[in-house]
Amino acid sequence: MNAWTDVIVVLVALTNLGLLGSSRLSVCIRVVAVQGIFFGLAAVLLRAEPITVDLAVVAAASAIVKGIVFPVLLLRTARNVNIRREVEPFVGFSTSLFVGLVLLAFALWIGAQMPVEANPTGSLVIPLALFTVMVGLFTIASRRKAVTQVLGYLTMENGIFAFGVTVVGGIPVLVELGVLMDVFVAVFVMCIATWHISREFDHVDVDQLDALKG
Amino acid sequence: MAIEQFVSVALALVLSPLLLGVINRVKAIFAGRTGQPLLQAYYDLAKLLRKGAVYSRTTTWVFRAGPTIGLGSTLAALMLVPMGGTPALVSFSGDLVLFAYLLGLARFFTVSAALDTGSAFEGMGASREVQFAAVAEPALLLGLAALAARTHSLSLSGIFAGSASSAAAHGPAIFQWWLQMGPIVLLVGGAFFIVFLAENARIPVDDPNTHLELTMIHEVMVLDHSGPDLAFIQYGAALKHWVIGALVVGSLLPVHPAHPVWTPVVAVAGMLALAVVVGVVESVMARLRLLSVPHLLMGALALSVVALVLVIY
Repeated sequence: MNAWTDVIVVLVALTNLGLLGSSRLSVCIRVVAVQGIFFGLAAVLLRAEPITVDLAVVAAASAIVKGIVFPVLLLRTARNVNIRREVEPFVGFSTSLFVGLVLLAFALWIGAQMPVEANPTGSLVIPLALFTVMVGLFTIASRRKAVTQVLGYLTMENGIFAFGVTVVGGIPVLVELGVLMDVFVAVFVMCIATWHISREFDHVDVDQLDALKG
Repeated sequence: MAIEQFVSVALALVLSPLLLGVINRVKAIFAGRTGQPLLQAYYDLAKLLRKGAVYSRTTTWVFRAGPTIGLGSTLAALMLVPMGGTPALVSFSGDLVLFAYLLGLARFFTVSAALDTGSAFEGMGASREVQFAAVAEPALLLGLAALAARTHSLSLSGIFAGSASSAAAHGPAIFQWWLQMGPIVLLVGGAFFIVFLAENARIPVDDPNTHLELTMIHEVMVLDHSGPDLAFIQYGAALKHWVIGALVVGSLLPVHPAHPVWTPVVAVAGMLALAVVVGVVESVMARLRLLSVPHLLMGALALSVVALVLVIY
């Protein structure tokens, strides 16, 4: 059990770094999808309490939506708006990787500062969830393309999901499914919005949206 | 015990050019060619040693010292590396730092010799070599640090003995051990493998077969060396494959056979398997653009740092 926790923690940490370090959009989308599946698994595997039907339903729904539906949507959007890679992000890829490592250390530090009752098992899952949220925020802040920012948003949501399911526990299944539904709608709307941005302006660079089209 | 240690060093000295032969044979099979003989590297060395060396008038003693010091420090590094459960010939606490910087010394003199020729082309290669080493070296050192923190030992032999004994505790099922030690070992092993490819100028980083492209790194630095000097460099390169390869194999497969006779056999088999893997990687991958090489090495560094953070936490 504990060994599997370590394996999943490391794999998720690597997906975060992979998102920061790769420029190819299809790779980023698949990385985030894999991360979603891992978090679905983690929700089932990492809890101390026995697995309930509710939890299994939430985990399975989350893994299916994040691992299959979102990548299909996003890959289609990326194809429609005709971008394959993130060119010239605000922060370069090697620098982003480095920032990611710093964030990882920071997340572990915060995890160590937390009161014991918040993390009774002392596991690495909480720092990992924090790390994932921070990586998502950093991705949103440091990338230009709308599609990559959607990926950052998804990563953040993954982190929050992991935090909620593994730590807080006892969130009603209806709430979890509602959140999942919201995320789904958000991604759906963002994909459509991205497509409209691309059709209107011939690009999806969000920083150029500052300048209004006259 | 001492005999085993000498045997493993002798095996490294004799067999390291064979690794190049195996890599080339695997590549040839992938390409559907017959390929050069397995022992081609030995023939090349014998031929080069019979020839005389030519020195340009612009070069100084640095140029002549480069190949000798390079080979000498690689040999010294070989003495520090344990092989397949056999402790290294020389080992003391902290020898992993010496190991990393013996390789650094070899690089420094190869680079200095290249700069000493005054050729702009070789200067370019030297600049690239140093640029990539600046990232590859921390990846290697941090990976070693992670292993050292895991096994509470500061010498290479101690680290690998520690891994081997914990693996032996798990019995024959190496998969179980991977799951236990697992993430750390796999992360560090992955980082070492990338460092192996970078340090030895293998394909995702550098193409060992090109001699005329503007994008090459290692081969361009040794263009002006000839005769025995070139033989020293090529033999040193082969030894470097063995030395860093022993780190990769030792960290991923800490096998400790019951009978001491099998130890060198297992070690050599591991090295040959690594050569086959490198051959496959070279066959299925294209060389990276020069600009994205530091990026790959940053990836190796990231793997090492994650491993180190996990160990310390």
